[in-house]
Amino acid sequence: MAISRRKFLGWMGAAGLGATVGKSAHAASNKHFEGFPDSMGVLHDVVRCVGCRSCEAACNSVNQLPPPDESFKDLTVLDQKRRTDAKTYTIVNRFETAAKNQPPLYVKDQCNHCLEPACASACFVKAFIKTKEGAVVYDESVCVGCRYCMIACPFEIPTYEYDKVLTPRVMKCTLCHPRLLEGKLPGCVEVCPTEALTFGKREDLLHIARERIRRQPDRYVDHIYGENEMGGTSWLYIAGVPFSELGMREDLGVTPAPALTAGALGAVPIVVGLWPVLLTGIYAVSRRKDKIAQEEQADAVAAAVATSKEEAKSELEKVLAMKEKEKETAINMAVKKALEDAAKEQEEAAAKAQEDAAAEAQDDSEPKQTEEDS
Amino acid sequence: MSDTKTTTGGTLFTPFNMVAGLILLVGGIVTVLRFTGGLAAVTNLSDNNPWGLWIGFDLLVGVALAAGGYVTSAACYIFGLKRFHSAVRPAILTAFLGYALVVFALHYDVGRPWRLPYPFIVQPGTTSLLFEVGACVALYLTVLFIEYTPAPLEWLGFKRARNIVVKLTLVLTIFGVVLSTLHQSSLGALYVIAPSKLHPLWYSSYLPVYFFISSIIAGLSMVVFEGSLSHKNFHDKMDETHLKEADGVVLGFGKAAAWVLFGYFIIKLVGLAVDNNWHHLASGWGLWFLVEMLGFVLLPCYLYAVGSRDKNIKLIRRTSLLAVLGIVLNRFNVSMVAFNYHLPSSERYFPHWMEIAISLFIVTIGVLAFRFFVTRMPILYEHPDYKDAH
Repeated sequence: MAISRRKFLGWMGAAGLGATVGKSAHAASNKHFEGFPDSMGVLHDVVRCVGCRSCEAACNSVNQLPPPDESFKDLTVLDQKRRTDAKTYTIVNRFETAAKNQPPLYVKDQCNHCLEPACASACFVKAFIKTKEGAVVYDESVCVGCRYCMIACPFEIPTYEYDKVLTPRVMKCTLCHPRLLEGKLPGCVEVCPTEALTFGKREDLLHIARERIRRQPDRYVDHIYGENEMGGTSWLYIAGVPFSELGMREDLGVTPAPALTAGALGAVPIVVGLWPVLLTGIYAVSRRKDKIAQEEQADAVAAAVATSKEEAKSELEKVLAMKEKEKETAINMAVKKALEDAAKEQEEAAAKAQEDAAAEAQDDSEPKQTEEDS
Repeated sequence: MSDTKTTTGGTLFTPFNMVAGLILLVGGIVTVLRFTGGLAAVTNLSDNNPWGLWIGFDLLVGVALAAGGYVTSAACYIFGLKRFHSAVRPAILTAFLGYALVVFALHYDVGRPWRLPYPFIVQPGTTSLLFEVGACVALYLTVLFIEYTPAPLEWLGFKRARNIVVKLTLVLTIFGVVLSTLHQSSLGALYVIAPSKLHPLWYSSYLPVYFFISSIIAGLSMVVFEGSLSHKNFHDKMDETHLKEADGVVLGFGKAAAWVLFGYFIIKLVGLAVDNNWHHLASGWGLWFLVEMLGFVLLPCYLYAVGSRDKNIKLIRRTSLLAVLGIVLNRFNVSMVAFNYHLPSSERYFPHWMEIAISLFIVTIGVLAFRFFVTRMPILYEHPDYKDAH
């Protein structure tokens, strides 16, 4: 082969780095949680499952769930596609294969115990916890019953006791967490007659799954369901047909649920930090604008008043000046008249004196002359 | 309408009161059934459909339509549009009643309602968007209550207490806008965690932005819509200022709503382009999406614009109803119609009649409470002792 081992590893490293960088662009941080070290899980080999429903029966008994409507021995219930409900943590479904003359396939469905569970991320009282053993467990003592976990779960697993009045609970598989702590196997794994279920460390299970696929490539499709789906799950599946033909969704993506909402949650401090500053600023600006408008109005009014005052003043002055002039004219006229009068008087007096003098001089023919003078 | 008469001691048996009484009676019976028989007794909720009408309508629509409170008070007190002042009090009252009823309705929906304070006093799950919703709704309800108190305090004649609260107006308004931004958007963000269940045409990582922007549309439209109802029924309660400013409010809000609707349409298109969902338009879901986008976003946008250009008060008032219905449709689509779109129709959800009865019951309580307050307290008019006090 032309590719050296060193070169190959370099490429893989680059690809890995690329994947990490790509992921960090979506998530809120650059940390990628790969599950607790040595956490446990279960590998479900669909090829080996015969649909006997023993796991359902065992689950029911170890979890002390209410007795089922139909006996676990009754295989006709497989005629209908079922989902988990408040009385059943796990169910087996049958799928007819597309190829002719092939036996049907059976898939066991239960909580997949995500590495970063959507239910735990969605719960507003932290009722769900991913334990270091690998199980996602539920604490009914704090549950409010909002059922957001059921909305969030991409595998449609959690169920609710809708018929209970005072103590409704969310019900789902616990990976038999109490039994794990006692050193026992999960009920379903313990009872499985065909070893379709394998319990172990998730890391080891991945190795086993890869080994089976590698050894019998014609029996398995090259896909370990749960290795990366929704960021990875503790429950892993391998099968002989694409998982979409087994009622499992292959369009879930590899983004863990918490990363989906990280952006929206990250906006909270931004809004809390920025909004008050911005809004106070807008308030200040609008108030300032009001104030300036008010001042401008006041200025305009003042200016208008001043101009009108000025006008009034000049008007007044004009009038006064006119009056003054009139007065002056009147005085002048009066003076003139007085002067004229005085002059006239004087003249008259002078004329009289002349007259008198003339009368004195020639006493007889005078009356005519006096009349002409006046 | 004769309901103003009833408050002054006239006949109690008006058609309105009789219908309201019937709804209250049925609601009361269903309430008893709910709290004695559990959710299964009165709802069609299932393991696949954990959220139904009580979340889709009572919570999502309720909160969106109560957005008039923060929109109006922000316009008046922060943006300084004082000519909208007379619209503030009715909007705050509606918002307060709306949020109070949202919280009331949640008691029906959650399994153990007496534990509703647990997220705050026992164990906060801060990674949950629902925690954000809960915290903001609780705080905002408190803010709205304080913002609303001047009216009853004036009614009761507690002058000093009233003046203290009025001094807090700006702080409360800013607080209200912050909290509203957060919870209006996080109601949309609730669904961001479920990309595999919500149809791609409605799912977007921008859902929080869509919910926030559309809440502004809801708020503006509700103020106009509710104003037109109030004018019909409580005309005699309105003072000169209110009547004088009313047309200005309708025109101003109609114009604003036209712009916001247009912006909303654009960001919805951006969402389509970002996720490259164009091909979905050519399906049945696409047709339904187009009905929402064209009939309940673009059409009201156009009608609002025409109405405010022509100063056509009547047109704007009618458009407000269309816009409000558009918000209802959008919230229904996200929470019920396009949610679980991948399931076969036999596993899909349709509300039980008793769920509808409870939702009607809660709306009726809201209308009656609004009437009670408006006919007694200075909501649509200014208290004579506090004229020009603002």
